[in-house]
Amino acid sequence: MEIPYTVEAHPETGLNNGKIGIWLFLTSEVMLFGALFATFIMLRLGSDGQWAHMQEEAELNIPLATINTIVLIASSLTMVMAWASLMRGQLGRFKLFGWATVGCGGIFLVIKYFEYTAKFAHDHFPSSNTYLAIYFTMTGLHALHVIGGMAWNAYFTGPGSKLFHTNRQWLTDRVEHSGLFWHFVDLVWIFLFPVFYLL
Amino acid sequence: MAEPVHASPAHEEHHHEQSFWRKYIFSTDHKVIGVQYAVTGLAFLLFGFGLMMVMRWQLAYPDTPIPWLGSLLGENRVGANGSMLPDFYNELGAMHGTIMVFLGVVPLAVGGFGNFVMPLQLGAPDMAFPRINMISYWCLFMGGVTMFGSFFLPNGAAGNGWTSYSPLADTALNGQTAWLIGMIFLITSSLLGAINFITTAIQLRAPGMTWMRLPFFCWAQIVTAFLLLLAFPPLEAAGVLQLMDRVASTSFFIPEGLVIGGEVAEFSGGGSPLLWQHLFWFLAHPEVYVLILPAMGIVAEVIANNSRKPLWGYRSMVYSLIFLGFMSFIVWAHHMFITGMGSVMSTFFQTTTMIISIPSVIILSALFISLWGGSIRFNTAMLFALGFLPMFGIGGLTGLPLGLSAADIPLHDTYYVIGHFHYVVAPGTLFALFAGVYYWFPKVTGRKMNEFLGKLHFWPSLVFMNGVFFPMMIQGLNGVSRRLADGGITYDFAGEVAGLNRMMSVSAWCLAVAQIPFIINFFMSIRNGKKAGRNPWNSTTVEWLAPSPAPHGNFDQPIEVVRGPYEYSVPGSDKDYVPQAEPAST
Repeated sequence: MEIPYTVEAHPETGLNNGKIGIWLFLTSEVMLFGALFATFIMLRLGSDGQWAHMQEEAELNIPLATINTIVLIASSLTMVMAWASLMRGQLGRFKLFGWATVGCGGIFLVIKYFEYTAKFAHDHFPSSNTYLAIYFTMTGLHALHVIGGMAWNAYFTGPGSKLFHTNRQWLTDRVEHSGLFWHFVDLVWIFLFPVFYLL
Repeated sequence: MAEPVHASPAHEEHHHEQSFWRKYIFSTDHKVIGVQYAVTGLAFLLFGFGLMMVMRWQLAYPDTPIPWLGSLLGENRVGANGSMLPDFYNELGAMHGTIMVFLGVVPLAVGGFGNFVMPLQLGAPDMAFPRINMISYWCLFMGGVTMFGSFFLPNGAAGNGWTSYSPLADTALNGQTAWLIGMIFLITSSLLGAINFITTAIQLRAPGMTWMRLPFFCWAQIVTAFLLLLAFPPLEAAGVLQLMDRVASTSFFIPEGLVIGGEVAEFSGGGSPLLWQHLFWFLAHPEVYVLILPAMGIVAEVIANNSRKPLWGYRSMVYSLIFLGFMSFIVWAHHMFITGMGSVMSTFFQTTTMIISIPSVIILSALFISLWGGSIRFNTAMLFALGFLPMFGIGGLTGLPLGLSAADIPLHDTYYVIGHFHYVVAPGTLFALFAGVYYWFPKVTGRKMNEFLGKLHFWPSLVFMNGVFFPMMIQGLNGVSRRLADGGITYDFAGEVAGLNRMMSVSAWCLAVAQIPFIINFFMSIRNGKKAGRNPWNSTTVEWLAPSPAPHGNFDQPIEVVRGPYEYSVPGSDKDYVPQAEPAST
């Protein structure tokens, strides 16, 4: 049975089902990370002035995080290029940019891995203090989102791209929706970076 | 499809057989998923009720051997003489709350009725994302298995109250970790469901089904879905943080220098126990409305249909519902008046709490006025719907003193609170859900439930529900705490009212007996009930235009909605109801 408006837009809303679904999902994600940022604020305010001290002690690696920021922003760009290539009907370029996006996600995770292991090597664990606790929890949850986004993009760039030959519009829409999620993950990092490394 | 489908060009390509697994287990049909949800919810309601009946033994006959079950429960739970240990009492209490709320009422009210009825009422062929719908159910199932399985852990299931307050829940040795993992499954299920419900309501309404022609039930489901969508993620965040506290020894909810068993606990400290309460109640207050709004939706449908009148003030009801949904996000800290968060905060939350009672009163009043001058049919569904009105009224009005910070201080954590919210969800929501079961049963199975057994279910249930919950108010006003494993007999002030425990316990067990006619009726009517046509209740809404039971894809005729949802007793009409969408042939 066909579900109406899976591909074509609803005449009144001008949107298809997937577009509404992904935006609703993103609102719930905003609430998830919003609650965690609120936790960050509560912990910081309740730290009796110890926050700056804890942050100094943690010695987060600002250069590595800066590179990671650039990598993620670049991946957002390749994500848009992948979608734009599909809009123009260029399957080869779509795959190129699609894999580039997944690759950028991979680079981000590798750098994150080195950051984490460097912390562990200095006995900085989530249990050390509340600053490190919220740092590991939020960046860890963000990393899980990166992995989710990579899996999603890898599916559409790899096996899912067969849809190009049967229903190009549907594939384009799906890539747009996974792109929206990818941009959101990127955006969360744009908040995490200054909050943990720079403030 | 195995069953013959009414021939229609749109469905012809789907006459092939589906395997048993695709059709009944991993189905993407919203009706099958709805039934799966409903059956799971009903089973967990019975199980959660069972936990409570064991607790009621301890409250009525403290420290006397538990009959029958004593030997089955293991030495962690039962003392030398076969009576209940306090830790086991805590385990039962925590899991009763968790199971009733997250695995009983929500799956039945939202997953069951929402899934089954809403697409039919909208005139949609299915949910917008059928596969996500299936995944949503299986997430719930996994959550249920995790929660149920946690009883078999070496230290038993979680026993820190359904609210899981930290630092107790952070440091307890029981199955709290399993509870958190189970909750993450349940939250995921609700999120996926909520996205699906909202998208379906926005995109898949039949032609002509404008927003103000939507049945009230659909509105209730939409607002509920928004609450689930926006309120659950903060609990997910809180759950992740508590999981970190338990697994990675972080100190999100652990203050400096916490002492456990006379020794300073090995935590870095610096966290805030209040933070857990804020994050928890940010979900759990909207959750109260998740429990009650679908119930109001069901009651509105049943009352309009059986009073043969349009709902009185349909628009005001819808606007109240939306306002209620919005306000429910800014009342959460009225659960926290005695935490010492300060009088400014208390004043704010007490004000918003008083404001939120207004839309609830509007909806309830509109439902009452809808009865005025109607030619009421007292069938079982209607009896339960009518029972809902005063019971929810008692629940709501007893909540007002709890919403005022000064009155809340003596009442907090007494049995008064338990009485209050059980009136809202037990004879309130559960009665509405029973009304829904009796009302939509013919659409699910094609057969009506037995009216005599239905009445045998309703009247004793009404009496015994009050027998269980009203004495709680009396005990609470005498100051009996809700957290005593012996029901308060060791305290002087409880002396006068401690005897009520026996009355409540006997009522609870009689209430269980009163559910037997329902269970018999439910299973018997599937095969032997009176055959129902498409529209056994002479109803106006769109779901009754589909065949009973409806095939995959729902309708065998194109649906075009031409009028509002409750056109009953229209002057000058030849029958006393005018369906929302007249089939094209008539």
